[in-house]
Amino acid sequence: MIGARIPRNEDPRLLRGLGCFVDDVNPAGVLHAACLRSPHAHARLGSIEASRARALPGVQLVVTAADLGELNEPGPLLIPHPTLTHPRTQRPLALDEVRYVGETVAFVVADDRYVAEDAVDLIVVDYEPLPVVTDAERALSAGAPLVHGNVPANRAARFPQRVGDPDHAFRQAAHVLRERLVIERSCGSPIEGRGVVAEHDPRTGVLRVWTSTQAPLPIKNGLARMFGLPEFQVEVIAPDVGGGFGTKIMLFYPEEILVPWATMRLGRPVKWTEDRREHLIAANQERGQIHDVEAAVDGDGRILALRDHFIHDTGAYTPYGIVVPIITATQLPGPYRLRNYEVEFEVAYTNKVAVSPYRGAGRPHGAFVMERVIGLIAHQLGLEPAEVRRRNFIQPDEFPWDVGLTFQDGGPTRYDSGNYPAGLEMALEHAGFATFRARQAEARNQGRYLGVGMGCYVEGTGIGPYEGAHVRVEPSGRVFVATGLTTQGQGHGTTFAQIVAETLACEASAVTVVTGDTRKFNWGAGTYASRALVTSGNAIHAAAQQVRAKALRLASELLEVSPADLELVDGRVRVKGAPGKELTLGALATVANPIRYAYGKEAADAALRLVKPRAGAVLAEGEAPGLEAFGYYAPPHSTFASGCHVAIVEVDPVTGNVTLLRYVVQHDCGTMVNPTVVEGQIQGGVAQGIGGALYEKIVYDEAGQPLTSTYMDFLMPTAMEIPEIEIVHLETPSPLNPLGIKGVGEAGAIPGPAVLAEAIEDALRPLGVRIREMPLSPNRIRELIEQAQ
Amino acid sequence: MSPTPALVSVRLRVNGREYTAEVPPRLLLSDFLRYRLGLTGTHVGCEHGVCGARTIQLDGAPVRSCLMLAVQADRAALTTVEGLAPGPDRLHPVQEAFRLEHGLQCGFCTPGILMTVTAFLHEHPSPSEAEIRRELAGHLCRCTGYQNIVRAVRRASLLLAADPGRATAGAGRDPVSSP
Repeated sequence: MIGARIPRNEDPRLLRGLGCFVDDVNPAGVLHAACLRSPHAHARLGSIEASRARALPGVQLVVTAADLGELNEPGPLLIPHPTLTHPRTQRPLALDEVRYVGETVAFVVADDRYVAEDAVDLIVVDYEPLPVVTDAERALSAGAPLVHGNVPANRAARFPQRVGDPDHAFRQAAHVLRERLVIERSCGSPIEGRGVVAEHDPRTGVLRVWTSTQAPLPIKNGLARMFGLPEFQVEVIAPDVGGGFGTKIMLFYPEEILVPWATMRLGRPVKWTEDRREHLIAANQERGQIHDVEAAVDGDGRILALRDHFIHDTGAYTPYGIVVPIITATQLPGPYRLRNYEVEFEVAYTNKVAVSPYRGAGRPHGAFVMERVIGLIAHQLGLEPAEVRRRNFIQPDEFPWDVGLTFQDGGPTRYDSGNYPAGLEMALEHAGFATFRARQAEARNQGRYLGVGMGCYVEGTGIGPYEGAHVRVEPSGRVFVATGLTTQGQGHGTTFAQIVAETLACEASAVTVVTGDTRKFNWGAGTYASRALVTSGNAIHAAAQQVRAKALRLASELLEVSPADLELVDGRVRVKGAPGKELTLGALATVANPIRYAYGKEAADAALRLVKPRAGAVLAEGEAPGLEAFGYYAPPHSTFASGCHVAIVEVDPVTGNVTLLRYVVQHDCGTMVNPTVVEGQIQGGVAQGIGGALYEKIVYDEAGQPLTSTYMDFLMPTAMEIPEIEIVHLETPSPLNPLGIKGVGEAGAIPGPAVLAEAIEDALRPLGVRIREMPLSPNRIRELIEQAQ
Repeated sequence: MSPTPALVSVRLRVNGREYTAEVPPRLLLSDFLRYRLGLTGTHVGCEHGVCGARTIQLDGAPVRSCLMLAVQADRAALTTVEGLAPGPDRLHPVQEAFRLEHGLQCGFCTPGILMTVTAFLHEHPSPSEAEIRRELAGHLCRCTGYQNIVRAVRRASLLLAADPGRATAGAGRDPVSSP
């Protein structure tokens, strides 16, 4: 079952329109909420006049900061760090000051959304506009407006790190190369926006919240604390989630507090569903860094040392700490032997929505910088970029390889396995690189500009702390699996089922997987950092192994044979070489629960046939009823996946348009549970990488007004822009976990900007164009061509 | 502003079943389908007609239900994703093709795409890849990179060609007779 390309368990339901997304949850009598959001990027808040809104028929509640009292605390700092000296988090509703366009100022609950929106329009807020800063570099410079009055120079953090002796290496260098590189702001933008529905039952005291999150358990425990409720009376459900890409790992978004609060206050269910404008201005975003990098290189193109200083734009708050720039700093070296490395970043506040991880989470930035350095070296020494990579790769016999820096999870950045040289050759061969230069020269003779680009990366995946799972066989023979993290399209209903099916020798279609429901499983963290299959997958594997052992033990007692003579085949335990002498998992599940009553004929038969006269208690001491088990998995540290992408493009120098002729992906995520699902993850990631390189850019004007607040302005690629993505797999199993797997969720998105920068530069080399920024619109490519001439 | 606009009576057929309702004139058709009729399979992605998630069929043609008011659908016959499959145990060939080709991940944009594709294949039974991609350009999918959706459409065209009797989905295609 592991490694099988089976269709997904979850598809028939989703294809029939029977998915259950948060906005599909409609408790009886549900009310609808809308948010009043700041139209200013920075302003002092004066009076809020809401009497007309409150008087509007159908309005149930208008909430401002003053109404929330102590609950209106700044949100939790999720991931503190010693160098994050000036953390600032957002309150559910702005108090005294707003710091970005879209910040929540008031919250209205009404009989329907239309009336709630009418009421929002009736609220009059007295704003006193304050000076705005949107550029991260300017934010750090003297005299810049302050986003937070008590954060000097808008500097949230400064984090210098060093490996080896870069100064010495720079003194030895044959070449020192420098570059300034910029990557713009972007966002995840799942097609389902965020949403929250809550209901509170005063009879049971249970607060139940449906939210489109990637981390329902932390939300459950946080809400319990905020509202002074026992954890067992708070239930949080992330049902079907329509894409996450990191945007939904942020917690708490203001609405995740406001909706439950309003529910308890009003004694009625409340729903808030984000609209697209709200998403594009007020859901967290990412990318956005400025790098000044210098490389010390020997005469053969080997990198002796790297120094990088970068500015990370965190927007108005740091709810997710400095995880994104830490990942950039630690993952920037990629697959290369870098023994001397100095990296320092500064985190700047600006009057824009906050930054937290978006698919790739700091890695696309790092890969862009590192791969641009490879391009610089190639240019300087007149080498093929592929050859520079070959000369600098960590070799297959050098694992485990320690980058020497502390990773985002507090563990080492220690690569566990991989084969980077083989990966590059696989990708180049598949892309037909050997004949490309001739083809390129021929095209140039015809006035066409073809280019090839590649990008390699290493991705730390499967971070801790841990995940857990419950696996239970029911008397019907169906297997039920629950785990604490969530699914937003990754196909966990199938891949997790395959892991169970492998161990219990049943069909994957006989396994039902539930994720993201704290009622079903109470322990774990969430879906982020390409960790779901590594952490929950191995926890499920551990639980399934215990279930298997118990099934064999029970069968051995009932059939009176040694466990060594038993085998599990087709959902049943049978005696080797004795046809017909067997018990189904369902029958064993029935027997494993020694209740007084048998339901149905099969159970009654099983009870009569199998239960023997006994002397003592039905459960021995320490024994649990049921054919079930709990399992947990806590990784020792991240497992590092890797890959190499190669693109062949044609650039039209007249229009600046880039056409992707080929896009080849070599990928290594260790053992694949379902290659079809893996390929789907990669294809979707690559589309986001291409989007981030050529189309998607969040734009703010100098007053801090977001100019990309619709899908007419924020251009996500369509089927017309994304080419066929050709994938070749390399499997180097991880030695860190029993299944040998590494994460794959984010991988596809990482090298896109790096690959396309190299490809476009290669295509336009006769025109002398250098690529130092991402993304690149056709207009910008035209400008770069003009500037080069 | 009038907080309680006068209600308007609408009568329409959805997936073969007839409904009459009193609705505010400003009620979006998509909200009517989702909240009044409980047909939550039609999803809302952007409310401004770009993402295509809210696509349904109106008298057999794909339309954006977020750009229409419920009152505009008076006397129309609609098909939503819930009306595609011929029965609880069988999928429509287009749905089947999406499953076989892993043409969906989170499944949020999928219903809208299915409604476009079923109408498209009705008009273009054996489309080229370029035609398929052009047709899909009216939909945004953030999960798949489109490749498997393109494959699913091609496969659906083959499944339909092999079994043309299954092409017509739901019972909602025939217009409601005038009252």
